[in-house]
Amino acid sequence: MLCSKRISKLNREGVKRLAKVDAITGWRNLEIGCAIIEPGSSRKLRTGDWRSQRPVTDRDKCIKCGMCWIYCPDMVYLPLRSGYFKWDENYCKGCGICANECPEDAISMVMEGD
Amino acid sequence: MPKRVGIEVSLAASEAACAVDSDVIAAYPITPQTHIVEHLSELVADGKLDAEFIPVESEHSAMSVCIGSSAVGARTFTASSAQGLALMHEILFIAPALRTPIVMAVVNRAMSGPISIWNDHSDIMAERDVGWIQTFAENGQEVFDLIIHAFRVAEDPKVLLPVMVNLDGFTLSHVIEPIEMLNAREVRRYIKPYKPQMVLDPKHPVTMGAVGVPEVYTEAKQQIESVLRASKKVVVSAWKEFARLYGRTYRPIETYRTKGAEVVLMTMGSVSETAMTAVDKMRDKEIAVGLMRFRLWRPFPLEEFRRAVKGVKVLAVLDRAISYGAQGGPVFMEVRSALYGQAGQPNISGFVAGLGGRDITTDMFEEMVKKAIRYAKKGKGPTYELIGVREK
Amino acid sequence: MMKAASGGFKKFTPKTLPKFEPLAQGHRACQGCGEVLALRMALKAMGKNMIIASATGCMEIITSAYPQTAWDVPWIHVAFENAAAVASGIEAGRKVLMRKGRLPKGRTTIVAMAGDGGTADIGLQALSGALERGHDFVYICLDNEAYMNTGVQRSSATPYGAMTTTSPPGKLSIGQYTWKKNVPAIVEAHAIPYVATAAPAYYVDLMNKAKKAAMIRGPAYLHIYSPCPTGWRLAPERAVAISRLAVQTNIFPLYEVIDGRYILTKKIKKPKPVEEYLGLQGRFRHLDKKTIQEIQERVDREYEALLQKATLAEVQEEST
Repeated sequence: MLCSKRISKLNREGVKRLAKVDAITGWRNLEIGCAIIEPGSSRKLRTGDWRSQRPVTDRDKCIKCGMCWIYCPDMVYLPLRSGYFKWDENYCKGCGICANECPEDAISMVMEGD
Repeated sequence: MPKRVGIEVSLAASEAACAVDSDVIAAYPITPQTHIVEHLSELVADGKLDAEFIPVESEHSAMSVCIGSSAVGARTFTASSAQGLALMHEILFIAPALRTPIVMAVVNRAMSGPISIWNDHSDIMAERDVGWIQTFAENGQEVFDLIIHAFRVAEDPKVLLPVMVNLDGFTLSHVIEPIEMLNAREVRRYIKPYKPQMVLDPKHPVTMGAVGVPEVYTEAKQQIESVLRASKKVVVSAWKEFARLYGRTYRPIETYRTKGAEVVLMTMGSVSETAMTAVDKMRDKEIAVGLMRFRLWRPFPLEEFRRAVKGVKVLAVLDRAISYGAQGGPVFMEVRSALYGQAGQPNISGFVAGLGGRDITTDMFEEMVKKAIRYAKKGKGPTYELIGVREK
Repeated sequence: MMKAASGGFKKFTPKTLPKFEPLAQGHRACQGCGEVLALRMALKAMGKNMIIASATGCMEIITSAYPQTAWDVPWIHVAFENAAAVASGIEAGRKVLMRKGRLPKGRTTIVAMAGDGGTADIGLQALSGALERGHDFVYICLDNEAYMNTGVQRSSATPYGAMTTTSPPGKLSIGQYTWKKNVPAIVEAHAIPYVATAAPAYYVDLMNKAKKAAMIRGPAYLHIYSPCPTGWRLAPERAVAISRLAVQTNIFPLYEVIDGRYILTKKIKKPKPVEEYLGLQGRFRHLDKKTIQEIQERVDREYEALLQKATLAEVQEEST
């Protein structure tokens, strides 16, 4: 109960702030043992800005095999009802595993800004 | 009324952990702690205590297991000594940081080298800064009572810190004493079921032990520091409640014949009973001497200590550990700094004695008191020396 | 033990992989991190009802830098060398609380996770203790073959010849001068019900092994090959491909040990030469022909020894 109350408060305070800003708080605001009570809160960290290249999927070639999804270390391919996978630009670090593993060569890496 | 029985003090320590219905005991054998864990494993094997007894492969793992079990809400007990305590050192810091209310009996023993299985306080004095509440027992009854008390304090929602109960190896742990043993029913009036505040539970996932980035590390430390300091109130009120229920009184600073005393001897642990005899003998010789002992060592009972030494002209502080190359023994240094700048502060002398199982006799206490008086008269500043070292 | 557990075991197929993600996006692993990928796959297979005890290491720092956590499951980090001991306490604590009626009865997968340093070196004792005591938990070793978190120092799991910052090749050195410690064999010597090796390229195999490990009563051990592009001087996009090559060259064979019986889960009929594997990684760039030959011979010999142990009749053909 206590946890969920605190979480909604955290959410109200806005999820867009940067990690380090969030950590700057008075010691009385820390949870017991400095625990983090909001699961999966790393979603606030947009690691997508690390990227210099981004994967582009050619849906004409895509066979919906899901290799991009299962082999992604950053969980940036989200399965869609249609069977395709939606790429999440917020978190993709541009490693290129998906392009390398795609059995149909449907994914190509293109430079950001191009 | 609870029955008074003749029992080995180590066994009484185990019976205390049993009376509070401990859930998990993880321990590694080390002399002179062994009888505590042996008896606990018997209690579990005989079905008298419904607990998981985990015979770990090292003290490092003992403390790690304790943190794991405490983090899921299990009442957790362990015991160790000297090298074992030192092997736990790394993990001792983490138990208070994760606010896991583990209770540990520390059977005080000298640190190697040379290796020694006998009693002094060099093990616990190396663990002063780890963030645990630390109490000291002087006799078997106190061992039993302080362990029960430790669970009540540790699990208090305002505290949630681990507690070490110190008892001297062999000289206390291995003697048979008449002890009033409270049974589980009687203890239940004092110890309520443990209600953990932060647990690992798949239904409410939390992350414990996250990386303390520089932006939060200081605040995380402040939390432990504040809670540890504030725990003194709970420690004291839990002792008052203990006295109300069971009739035995404990205080952060215990005193003996300090009324009108100009000289006060400071000790801690089981040697205090010899010190009391020494005080009686000196009082017979018209030396106005009294005795003070630290019952509570962490958090340091500063106000109580300052109050207790008011009017005292000479302090003779006994250390049962060496702090190599320092200004004196650890207790001496803390006592001196507690009195620094206080109006009318006593002249303080530090004495290191009783290392590695060497007896401290009443004569040695008398020697310390007389030396302290002499140094005070000569106006010698704080001094520190080893008592009973053979030069030839 | 295994038979009872495998009664209800339904294998995953590429089409029936669980959607559940134990880790959230936004973790700070390097580009193309094979270790977080291996971890993700293993935990996905085990399901949401789990508690994790983590050792210090890459996976700890990339997921838990305050105030954010990437964990969607309960997770605790205590220290480097004690993940198995902390997991022991979690398991024992829950067991007794259920027995005493203070926790609802039910089985939760208790996972201890550590890197190769936290397993093969500093955590070996705690691991051995926990295995020997028979706690009901899964230990996952994410083997990236060096201390990556501290800057690529050698561990006892670093392969022969590899360059690390503490096994540098030089006039008097070929790089790492010891052969990789065989931790699965050490674990197997504890006679626990389940030991398996896995590699992320073979994700169905990996996930089935992880699921099996979670279902088994008693200790289970997963040793997962975890490519580290940063430490291996490997192109990040090849993280998965290199784990495939490690298997195809027999450098990292995939097998299970169920109640002491070795079973090869991926038999390589025509192994590729190790040179193909070594050549893709900067950490082996300095190796001469003679050393590569030495490695080839050792790999062949070890694979032969493994074949001897494996019950050939039970060799399973795995897709992908």
